Amino acid sequence: MDDSLSRSASITQPAPWQRYAGVATPLLLLLLVTFYLQWAGSAYIQRVWIILGLDIILVTSLNLFNGFTGVFSLGHVGFMAIGAYVSAILTLPLEKKATNLPDLPAWLAHTQLGFLPAILIGGLAATLVALVIGRPVLRLSGHYVAVATLAFLVIVRVILINATPYTRGSRTFSGTPAYTTVWWVYAWAVVTVYVAWRVLRSPYGRAMLAQREDRAAARSIGVRVLRSRMWAFGISAFLTGVAGALWGHYILSFSPNAFYFAETFSIITMLVVGGMGSISGSVIGTILVVLLSEVLRNLEGGFSLGVVQIPSLYGMSQILMAILFIIILIFRREGLMGGHEIDLTRLYVPDFWQSLFRRKEV
Amino acid sequence: MSFFEYGTQQLINALSIGSLYALMAIGLAMVFSILRLINFAHGDLMMVASYTALFLLIGGSPFLGAAIAAVVIAAIAGLAMERVAYRPIRGAPDVAMLLTSFAVTIILENAAVLTVGARSRAFPAPPFLSTVFTLGNLTVSSVNVVAIITTAILLVLLTLFVRRTDTGISMRAAAEDLVAAQLMGININRVIAYAFAIGSGLAGVAGLLCAAKVGKVDPFMGFSPVLKAFIAAVIGGFGTIPGAVVGGYVLGFLEIFLQATLPGQSSAYRDAFVFGILILVLLIRPNGILGVQEREEI
Repeated sequence: MDDSLSRSASITQPAPWQRYAGVATPLLLLLLVTFYLQWAGSAYIQRVWIILGLDIILVTSLNLFNGFTGVFSLGHVGFMAIGAYVSAILTLPLEKKATNLPDLPAWLAHTQLGFLPAILIGGLAATLVALVIGRPVLRLSGHYVAVATLAFLVIVRVILINATPYTRGSRTFSGTPAYTTVWWVYAWAVVTVYVAWRVLRSPYGRAMLAQREDRAAARSIGVRVLRSRMWAFGISAFLTGVAGALWGHYILSFSPNAFYFAETFSIITMLVVGGMGSISGSVIGTILVVLLSEVLRNLEGGFSLGVVQIPSLYGMSQILMAILFIIILIFRREGLMGGHEIDLTRLYVPDFWQSLFRRKEV
Repeated sequence: MSFFEYGTQQLINALSIGSLYALMAIGLAMVFSILRLINFAHGDLMMVASYTALFLLIGGSPFLGAAIAAVVIAAIAGLAMERVAYRPIRGAPDVAMLLTSFAVTIILENAAVLTVGARSRAFPAPPFLSTVFTLGNLTVSSVNVVAIITTAILLVLLTLFVRRTDTGISMRAAAEDLVAAQLMGININRVIAYAFAIGSGLAGVAGLLCAAKVGKVDPFMGFSPVLKAFIAAVIGGFGTIPGAVVGGYVLGFLEIFLQATLPGQSSAYRDAFVFGILILVLLIRPNGILGVQEREEI
């Protein structure tokens, strides 16, 4: 990955307008597509578009930790659950609280917050938990972190199921106000990508990458390994919590089962397909996996190939995704982007276009 | 009920649940010690074995035949898993292997849902596995006793195998140092295949015992036990067979102890405590009680 940095440095630096144009292009594209879908898309397409945005937040923030620090968390869906439940409890209308959650403590039973404060508190709650568990857990290395965070996920689930006064236990939590719109989702998606990008280019981000590549060497030049991991974990948990809150206010009725193994695996698939450590990889991996799994899910219901009738095979799409995942792990472990980024400023550098059409000189 | 009787009752419960965890943890530890692969799909072998037995029993086969067939099928499934998914990724970073095993779990569970359906089915356990007898004030279900005895026998056989046979010794050598073992002329693929076959067979036995104990089978029955077995393996020091056994029984006792002592409401949080203990063990003693592995910490 240093290779790409040095290569871009040797070329002349892009002018400011080229850089702005490079950032504006995807934003403009996003805006156009979103407007177009709001205007012309079917309800189904709009739904997929929102889910896609939510998954982009989840995967990008998971990448912010797993990709940048090289330590693998399997517990991020726990943060998502915290964000979803905290925000849903805070925004639940008072009369619904009286019927759905009669055993809430008084101070909560009489609180009803707006959407933005609820989202932020949901995210902060996730961060708080992340900092508490991160301090011991992130000292570990390799798959020990994966295991400890998986244990964290199980613990969150047990608490959700048993904290009945707050969560209705394993029953469905319903009545969440439908606040999440496509604009909320993509505003946060843009914020998430921006934050990830800023973190990557900050001293903290450099420290994360340094300790990922070589712990001993990073330490010897003064990188505080635990601290850099804690930063990544905290920020990542916040954004994951936010995604959970947005998800909750979109899905409206959910139970602890939504925040478990299946969701964990689906987010990790997107991350690995795109390539860990690459922000554009996270976005691209999410788009590919979401679209592919939607296509497969539609085929699951059965279809006809000319005279051959393919029967409905529910669960087949998950099997195919898992096989795809294994194939990627075996043949292209670094994912599609392999830790590189797509740099759209290049679109505005004349050399780039010329190089596309120039014949290779022997 | 006297204190002594109460103690005996809980002892039997703890030993029987500990036996199940030990059987599962052995397979995890054997594979981990050689490949550094945490095989999450190990739990699904329980499901494979119990469904095999279920269908044979429904077809009218005697229990012993069905049980042997189920264990053999589980071993074959474990071998297939290794050949198809784990061999190509051998030597990859630990996390990549762990993720592969997750994918294998997803494939197996969904395949089970596709073929036999997601809803649970009653498991027709034979009388010797489903009677409850009383001794004074004690109520003991026979499956618990069978679980304890079967596990004890299997542990003795496994110990003999690992200590006395060439394959067992090669297996220990491979666990110690895979490359060196290979240089000494040990056929690594064969050793790994043995580890998978034996571990999977034991998981199959655990699956049958679990199905008889719970009385039903479903495609996701292996998920919770494999997590527990995993804790057991970590407690015992991941990667040694004695450690896995000790860890299994420690976990069994711990669970029963927590269940008996946690006051009313909070006993529902038992699993949260157990997994909290996992994190604690990882922090304080990452090599477990009997572990000999290198300490990996930042």
